[in-house]
Amino acid sequence: MTADPTRRDFLYIATGSVAGVGAAVALWPFIDQMNPTSAVLALASIEIDLTPIQVGQAVTFKFRGHPLFVRRRTPKEIASAAAVTVTELPDPLARNENLPEDAPATSSNRQIKPEWLVVSGVCTHLGCTPTAFEGEYGGWFCHCHGSQYDNAGRIRKGPAPQNLAVPVYSFLSDTRIKVG
Amino acid sequence: MRFALLGGLALGLALAHPAAAATGDPAPVKDMHWSFESPFGTYNRADLQHGFQVYKEVCSACHSLNRVAFHTLSEEGGPGFTPAEMKAIAAGYKIPAEPNDKGETVDDKGERLTRPGIPADHFPAPFANDEAARAVNGGALPPDLSLIIKARAHGAQYVYSLLTGFDQKAPAGFKPTEGKYYNPYFPGWDIGMPPPLTDGQVTFVDGAPNKVADEAYAVVTFLAWASEPHLEARHRIGLGVMIFLIVLSGMLYLTYRRVWKDAH
Amino acid sequence: MSGPSTYVPQTGFTRWLDQRLPLLRFSHDTILTFPTPRNLNFWYAFGAILTFFLGVQIVTGIVLAMHYVPNADLAFDSVENIMRDVNYGWLLRYMHSNGASMFFLAVYVHMFRGLYYGSYKAPREVLWILGVLIYLLMVVTAFMGYVLPWGQMSFWAATVITNLFSSLDQVIPHLGSVIATWLWGDFAVGDATLNRFFSLHYLLPFVIAAVVGLHIWALHVPGNNNPLGIDVKGPQDSLAFHPYYTAKDAFYVGIFTIIFAGLVFFAPDLVGNPDNYIPANPLVTPPDIVPEWYLLPFYAMLRSIPQKLIGVIVLVGSLLTLAFIPWLDSSRVRSNRFRPLMKQFFWILVADCILLGYLGSQGADALWHVGGTDVPLVWLARLGTAYYFAFFWLIMPIVGLIETPRPLPDSIAKSVLGAAPAE
Repeated sequence: MTADPTRRDFLYIATGSVAGVGAAVALWPFIDQMNPTSAVLALASIEIDLTPIQVGQAVTFKFRGHPLFVRRRTPKEIASAAAVTVTELPDPLARNENLPEDAPATSSNRQIKPEWLVVSGVCTHLGCTPTAFEGEYGGWFCHCHGSQYDNAGRIRKGPAPQNLAVPVYSFLSDTRIKVG
Repeated sequence: MRFALLGGLALGLALAHPAAAATGDPAPVKDMHWSFESPFGTYNRADLQHGFQVYKEVCSACHSLNRVAFHTLSEEGGPGFTPAEMKAIAAGYKIPAEPNDKGETVDDKGERLTRPGIPADHFPAPFANDEAARAVNGGALPPDLSLIIKARAHGAQYVYSLLTGFDQKAPAGFKPTEGKYYNPYFPGWDIGMPPPLTDGQVTFVDGAPNKVADEAYAVVTFLAWASEPHLEARHRIGLGVMIFLIVLSGMLYLTYRRVWKDAH
Repeated sequence: MSGPSTYVPQTGFTRWLDQRLPLLRFSHDTILTFPTPRNLNFWYAFGAILTFFLGVQIVTGIVLAMHYVPNADLAFDSVENIMRDVNYGWLLRYMHSNGASMFFLAVYVHMFRGLYYGSYKAPREVLWILGVLIYLLMVVTAFMGYVLPWGQMSFWAATVITNLFSSLDQVIPHLGSVIATWLWGDFAVGDATLNRFFSLHYLLPFVIAAVVGLHIWALHVPGNNNPLGIDVKGPQDSLAFHPYYTAKDAFYVGIFTIIFAGLVFFAPDLVGNPDNYIPANPLVTPPDIVPEWYLLPFYAMLRSIPQKLIGVIVLVGSLLTLAFIPWLDSSRVRSNRFRPLMKQFFWILVADCILLGYLGSQGADALWHVGGTDVPLVWLARLGTAYYFAFFWLIMPIVGLIETPRPLPDSIAKSVLGAAPAE
């Protein structure tokens, strides 16, 4: 009664494979449970009502656990930002998640509507929160190590390597933006 | 002899039965058919949306739904509102606002400051706390409904029977306590909740029937979803898992027999 | 008996490793070539099933602990967060709660199998006692685990059971209250209790795993018992554990996972209590406090005694009795297959435990109508409790002496290979 080796092996290999596939599929929930929960994801995008923000005012919101700067710029500020050439900037890239990675850091590449600047409030040096309306460039000054940003959130002086990031955002109406 | 003894035990158990029901014992629940009760059951979308409307227009006056977040209204396995509809529903609610720049949470009149709801918010409660709820409801605390179907024996049947059970007359000799109402399905028979539903109370947009029984059926379906929002995924995945395990067990059986063939 | 190791490392690496840490040799000897009686039946698969479910509980428990918050104000909400928001959280939670039920179902079958086939008798007494220890650790672990969701039943079961310690006040004044306060960390069950229960609930399964290691070691010294209860006489009586019993156990584990999946996916709250979906309220007691099903027989025994201290002694005694079993049974014959009288009492014990379980689930003043009279169920519980103790302390010692056992077969091999293959 010699058992046919190929048929016997096939059964063993088939059973082992099915069990293995099952184990791999069963593993997924244990891995996925560490991903952000639906409660966290519900705050993955926020909507901001712009009406209370006055011209010349900068407001900080919480977005995905970090500060988000929304600044309503005066015509003077808009003009001064536009006057800057990319070659004078330490970081020539726009760092705008709404645009391709290689877009240059022109003023228009840092905004959707010129009046409104929406940038991440996390200093690109070591993560501190810069203070608005301080520094030589009328933008932000980071007290931790002295980085200075202009009113378009671009790094001008100091150790920070990159311009403040512009997150994914869009205008739902003239007075409402959705970020994230 | 073993069978005789076990048989005797079984016979004894069969002949014995619980003592007759006493005053105040809840009546056996009505036997309704629910779309979600079978192993492959799902929630009926129309029932869920109607039920949400009943909750919103009737129940939410007294009962909170704390654990349900607005964004779940448009998620899979739920009432199936579109994201836009869900956002509009959320925005229609006033949520207690975070402290403003001056650190205030109330306005000059002492009223709580509010802001429109966002998808991440949960349904706001009708009362600030349990004490306030009791004060308005004659000392009784209307329970939060997020888990009510799972928190009661025979869940859906019980809540449905309760909601449709107010039309029965109390038996002779039983008088509900002052301020309470007779309901044979409630343990003790007198319940602090006045009959919440009447015929035609909620008008469904699609013109669906809206007698008390229909309203009750819809709201119980909605509350079942609120208690168990992942039921449909659970059934769907369960079916796949069972089929897989049966196939795998079959293969394990064949493997076992093959291995043991040369043992003898 | 396993005899000398037959492991031969096949590669350079395995030879190198074997000289430094003989892990592969150990696995080879204990899992692959370990000689196992060739006549083990279905009832012998539960060791493997138990190992599987211990693994399930530990793995699901660890991932649940990533989201659970052991604080009285947040615990219930954190469990609902798991159920609603955590990806597959509902699945992990239901696996853990139903996994506990499967774990206990398997352990009861495993224990009854040991009783039936005399697996507790010499030279396996320590094996049996280690098993009793594992069972006690399981009971404590499950009790603390049930408190963690901080539902009404969690809170009140904790209150009732920890209050049992206060019965010791009758033995030494204040002793019980001091112990209860020490356990609670407060004047009653509260946040302090919850936090320490979480810490211990996380710890004990690993203690269980260690004792399981000892349990399997103790098994491997004499080797497995078998349904005939007679010793292995030579290699013809046994088979290598792999592939014979790895394949057989894998199949039975597969069957058990079907039952497990049936519960988890289609009836996840079947054996649970709805009151535990109500957040704990120290000021409102639920009408009926009941533990989970696997503790009901002991609960029935406890409640059947009207006096608190004696009730506690009976409860503790019912568990400690198990440790004495190897010395209570006077029979020379191991397996009930050859003990026609003992077999009857065994099955009555099984029925008794199921009955006690049922009685534990009923209200304390529940009645039954039999004939024309109302019988309080507590009297049945007393009868059941009496039989439980009588079985171990009277029937086991006496029946072994008066019974005429059936003639034992000459050997396992003869019994298995002589007639049609036995399963």
